[in-house]
Amino acid sequence: METVARSEPSAEVEASAPKDPTLIYRQSRSTRLTHWLWAFSLFFMLLSGLQIFNARPQLYIGKESGFQYNNTILEIGAENTDSGPRGFTKIFGHRFDTTGVLGWSGPPGQETPRAFPSWATIPSYYDLGTARVVHFFFAWVLSATLLIWLIASLINGHIRRDLAPRLDDLRKLPRDIVDHAKLKFHHAREYNTLQKMAYGGVLFVLLPLMIITGLAMSPSMNSVLPWLNEILGGRQTARTIHFTVMVLLVLFFVVHMLMIVAAGPINELRSIITGWYRTDPPAKHDQATERSA
Amino acid sequence: MAKFQISRRKFLTSASLGLSGLALSGCDAFDSGLGVGSGLRSFLESANGLTYRAQRLLAGRDALAPEFSEADIRQPQRPNGITAPDDDTYKGLLANNFAAWRLEVTGLVEKPLSLTREQLQNMPSRTQITRHDCVEGWSCIAKWTGTPLSLVLDQAIVKPQARYVMFHCLDTIEQSLSGDIKYYGSIDLIDARHPQTILAYGLNGKPLPVENGAPLRVRVERQLGYKMPKYLYKIELVDGFANVGGGRGGYWEDNGYDWYGGI
Repeated sequence: METVARSEPSAEVEASAPKDPTLIYRQSRSTRLTHWLWAFSLFFMLLSGLQIFNARPQLYIGKESGFQYNNTILEIGAENTDSGPRGFTKIFGHRFDTTGVLGWSGPPGQETPRAFPSWATIPSYYDLGTARVVHFFFAWVLSATLLIWLIASLINGHIRRDLAPRLDDLRKLPRDIVDHAKLKFHHAREYNTLQKMAYGGVLFVLLPLMIITGLAMSPSMNSVLPWLNEILGGRQTARTIHFTVMVLLVLFFVVHMLMIVAAGPINELRSIITGWYRTDPPAKHDQATERSA
Repeated sequence: MAKFQISRRKFLTSASLGLSGLALSGCDAFDSGLGVGSGLRSFLESANGLTYRAQRLLAGRDALAPEFSEADIRQPQRPNGITAPDDDTYKGLLANNFAAWRLEVTGLVEKPLSLTREQLQNMPSRTQITRHDCVEGWSCIAKWTGTPLSLVLDQAIVKPQARYVMFHCLDTIEQSLSGDIKYYGSIDLIDARHPQTILAYGLNGKPLPVENGAPLRVRVERQLGYKMPKYLYKIELVDGFANVGGGRGGYWEDNGYDWYGGI
């Protein structure tokens, strides 16, 4: 199947005169296109999602929200203190002062009580209706993209060739962790073990879980799939999972960005834009043979 | 090798610069163009039509919303929106325990109705323990008792050209320069005839309290709370709602919420 992916840009290969063996065609067109559609959709889904969360900045465990009893596990709010209004975040009963970012934020002198700050939401002002319109539009885009990617990657072998974990990956894992910690990267055709885990985790666990918990919050979908919330532990638990997966996706994004910068941003970006990737030159003795050739 | 590798210091510097740049970018850049009526907004809103059709296709006419047990009722139903209408008409009706209140059924019907509370309560009733999901994100489980809307519609005989049921309410939700705006809303005939769609007069075994919409409110169990108007006094069968209020089918819809509230 590798040959299929590599044969795609044959015209380009012929055009670039001196053939460089370290430059390989790594990412197929479908991988690149779906990657950017996700990046775009997830950006808007995150910012509109934080706006939606602001309408009820509490997370609960169970079928409903406890108003006369306590099943709240996270709360972001504002309160008046002797030194003026402060923002707070309460997680599992532990309270943190988060003034300026969570609970109470805004330009100096114009702070307002809001869970996530203005710069992290779409629209920047409070507007639940608009946030829902944006969120559900991109929910369709994201889901359709995931489906297209799944079909394309089954056909072109991307999943089997690049993402499917092998026994060998397990053996390489300790070394891989050490290499990443030292910011020592190997530029190869194949993903390393941690990459497979991260990308596979996002594509096969986090994004599907995001869609499932999103659907579980829909009262209409509850009539189609009444067992869904029972598996998840109730609609409010589904909402809490939805939020938690968001946090994990944001963490993935941060690490993803750091790794790109560390591994060589130009080369990494080129491969996800054009598909072409410069791999490490072969080991010394091979290089010598090649040079002489 | 060295060509592709950067030092740890350089890495940390550029990484922190990149992240702070992202944080500073702000999001008011996306505020314009999202207002109700704008082209971009209308395009994004078309996803709601897709959701509506997809969910209708999947759920069909009669798939039931989950119902719960008595043990799941752990607190009073949380009231939301207007909880004590300040309208003179409403206060007058309330003072006489709604003796003078009538439910008008008008519009595209063969036989317009004017029903008293007793007439409604003497019709066959349905009691259901369901979860109320507010658009804001919270949920609350309660037991609702009321007259199936389909029975009322059958009694009035809906004309074939009718497409929506409009609910008109007694409570003023907003005071604007052009006068008071009363709450109103609409659903399609599929939801109107859904077995769990009831005109509720009872909550948790007691008469419906004022804060939850006395004397009558709608329950549309496959949609969110803003689709279930309280303080109901008139049901109007219409073939469209472009000429009512802001033309989007309901008070909250006029303020930017999607007409279909199944998600």
